[in-house]
Amino acid sequence: MGLLPLLLRGAPKRFLRASGSYRSLYESNSRRRRHGTDAAAADQAVNSRADHRPDDQMLDFPGAKAAFTSRMEFISPNAAEAVPCFRILDDLGRALDGSDIPEVDSSLAVKMYHTMVRLQTFDSIFYEAQRQGRISFYLTNIGEEALNVASAAALTKDDVVFPQYREHGVLMWRGFTLDEFANQCFSNEAGHGKGRQMPIHYGSEKLNYFTISSPIATQLPHAVGAAYGLKMDRKNACAVTYFGDGGSSEGDFHAACNFAAVLEAPVLFVCRNNGYAISTPACEQYKGDGIVVRGRGYGMTSIRVDGNDALAVFKAVSAARKLAVEQSKPVLIEAMTYRVGHHSTSDDSTKYRSGEEIAHWRSVRDPVLRFRRWLESNAWWSVEDEKELRGAARKEVISAMNQAEKKNKPPLSELFTDVYDTLPRNLLEQEATLRDTVSKNPPSLAPH
Amino acid sequence: MAAAGAALAPGIENRLLSPPNAGRIRCSSSAVPARGALVVRGAALSEESRKNRSSALKAVAVKGEAPNLTTAKSGHEILLFDALREGLEEEMARDPTVCVIGEDVGHYGGSYKVTKGLAEKFGDLRVLDTPICENSFTGMGIGAAMTGLRTVVEGMNMGFLLLAYNQISNNAGMLHYTSGGQFKIPIVIRGPGGVGKQLGAEHSQRLESYFQSVPGLQMVACSTPYNAKGLMKAAIRSDNPVILYEHVLLYNLKERIPDEEYVLCLEEAELVRPGKDVTILTYSRMRHFVLQAAKTLVERGYDPEIIDIRSLKPFDLFTIGNSIKKTHKVLIVEECMRTGGIGASLRAAIVDNFWDFLDGRPECLSSQDVPTPYAATLEDATVVQPAQIVVKVEQMCQGLV
Repeated sequence: MGLLPLLLRGAPKRFLRASGSYRSLYESNSRRRRHGTDAAAADQAVNSRADHRPDDQMLDFPGAKAAFTSRMEFISPNAAEAVPCFRILDDLGRALDGSDIPEVDSSLAVKMYHTMVRLQTFDSIFYEAQRQGRISFYLTNIGEEALNVASAAALTKDDVVFPQYREHGVLMWRGFTLDEFANQCFSNEAGHGKGRQMPIHYGSEKLNYFTISSPIATQLPHAVGAAYGLKMDRKNACAVTYFGDGGSSEGDFHAACNFAAVLEAPVLFVCRNNGYAISTPACEQYKGDGIVVRGRGYGMTSIRVDGNDALAVFKAVSAARKLAVEQSKPVLIEAMTYRVGHHSTSDDSTKYRSGEEIAHWRSVRDPVLRFRRWLESNAWWSVEDEKELRGAARKEVISAMNQAEKKNKPPLSELFTDVYDTLPRNLLEQEATLRDTVSKNPPSLAPH
Repeated sequence: MAAAGAALAPGIENRLLSPPNAGRIRCSSSAVPARGALVVRGAALSEESRKNRSSALKAVAVKGEAPNLTTAKSGHEILLFDALREGLEEEMARDPTVCVIGEDVGHYGGSYKVTKGLAEKFGDLRVLDTPICENSFTGMGIGAAMTGLRTVVEGMNMGFLLLAYNQISNNAGMLHYTSGGQFKIPIVIRGPGGVGKQLGAEHSQRLESYFQSVPGLQMVACSTPYNAKGLMKAAIRSDNPVILYEHVLLYNLKERIPDEEYVLCLEEAELVRPGKDVTILTYSRMRHFVLQAAKTLVERGYDPEIIDIRSLKPFDLFTIGNSIKKTHKVLIVEECMRTGGIGASLRAAIVDNFWDFLDGRPECLSSQDVPTPYAATLEDATVVQPAQIVVKVEQMCQGLV
């Protein structure tokens, strides 16, 4: 990514100053203190403030600027009402009265739907593949397809994405092919990651989707760093980072939000509040009103949106992106959704939630079906289209899987490359030793 | 002792024949001058011969006295923190993508004045003050580096970077590899570490010990204004994540450095004093203790070869190996703790690679495995002192260990 030379601007305002007529008083007091003052002079300074009415006295501590109050009143832990959740379509995909439908024409809507279906299909087939032992691990996006795809559709290809791990739909929207997904899951030599990461830890430099690292929320500060770079360049782009309700508990969430706000960095924090962090339900993850309320704590614009409503997500992310890019400010978006699948293939969520609950969200509250209903109501989609798409998607995914499975794993030489920019001596030696070991051993260890 | 080539470990000839900068970045000053030392011929180490030699071996390099490549009149005198600053400033002027992130680095100029005046010159964005969260501003530096900037992250004290361990190991160290080479992280992580003067245990950490295992990282330690500036510039230009270890007690070291631009080689060790009796490997503050001990040793007729290893990861086995080949004895003097320090790894590397050259086991003087205590007497006892170095070298040369 080429960068333009930096143009310097003035320093951001750092210090709160007393306003209006108090300024000279404040400064003259400081001067006196600096030059040494006696008790009488200090008394005089304080007394002169008494000439002003109490109501006029403003809080001028460096840490805050507020009116004083003589009523001691604690702020209650939660507001009387939870922050309302923005939606456009009801659960059956019908536009609510008074809704302002965003500009989504039929081709965009159908493309979004295609991607959601392809994602659903890929998830179900590859989940089964893991169960059959064909890959070692998989993690699904079931229940979050609308959130994935609609948020991605609201971004441009220049916006840089720092995902957690449950955002395959964002990558799929951007153009990652089924073959590329499959190659990574099978860790074969064709994968961009050269077989080094676990399945679903995708990364694509070309598509501005940064390689996934397993630990939670570590990508949030990265996004702020990227936004910092974009801000210096004044690019028409922002950083976008995704994380879950659990991820919001990490220290990195706090610091990234704070940094982004202080720095005024163009970054979108998209929280997929899907109700569970493995087995920890949201009510055990936080005691406040979710994640959206924390935005105000950092001085950051925030919104709560129905993450299962593709149109609402599209509209909210579009608006947030505009704000971030035009005003160089961060935005926090809490998208409410539900994690229909298990946390991953290493989890059996029936251990901590009922089958009925899962079935309800999988069927009645399916965001893909909800969007489809809206498409059908516009006569943009039909039963035949559905049948055709589902059949085609299934075939394409299975074909990609079979192709990827057949490909070779990366050669031994790729064990040592990319640790550094060039191969240092110790790694060359270690490779030589390994090749020596392998040549003396049965073919199962032989490199290709 | 086996003839060269017969029973040597694989690759040893390569290691002895090719210096570390072959095929890597061009270093404008790869041969660091031997600081005013005399080379002594003669191999016998008897008491008598040592006394005879002692009068010949007068010159031992000490800080501030060393002549430089250039004549005494040219060059400029500078303190170590200022040399770091000079290197950083030159790189920031040369490359607009270089920026600094850390606590109090901006208008305050840095806790150790390494970034003094840079915010005024380059602006508040390129010299960025952050709120307090090491893991996050390190992560921020990594994200910025992945998207095209060359970030220099300052830890106010290296010990605080333990809070950033995840970002440093799982991300800075790994993302180039796990992304299949798609994303590079040209980040420099630097700050003062080591045992200071009564700073307490948490401010006296030797982070090189903890980070040396992380694959993907490069580590260098500076010890003089000359190498501080050169290593700072090299680290910034490197595409790998580099940790530059400064020492909290060396910032006011003064030296005359060249006026013309120079960049050192990250992977290269520095031959401080050639000799024949024993190879002493050291780095950072211990280099100066070793030089102090060397004064005494030289008076007593010993001829130590002193190498400041500078590159803590990877080790410059070319320089080290050629030295051991000559002296057959090696002593490592470090500030790390006994367990798991740089000395431990270096000993293993020496045994693996240079076994046939050794007359005895590689020796190592380290700090004990204790948190650094505050009380001055206890603190002094936990750091290797010049007297210990003298005793150890004498024992080694007399065949008592």
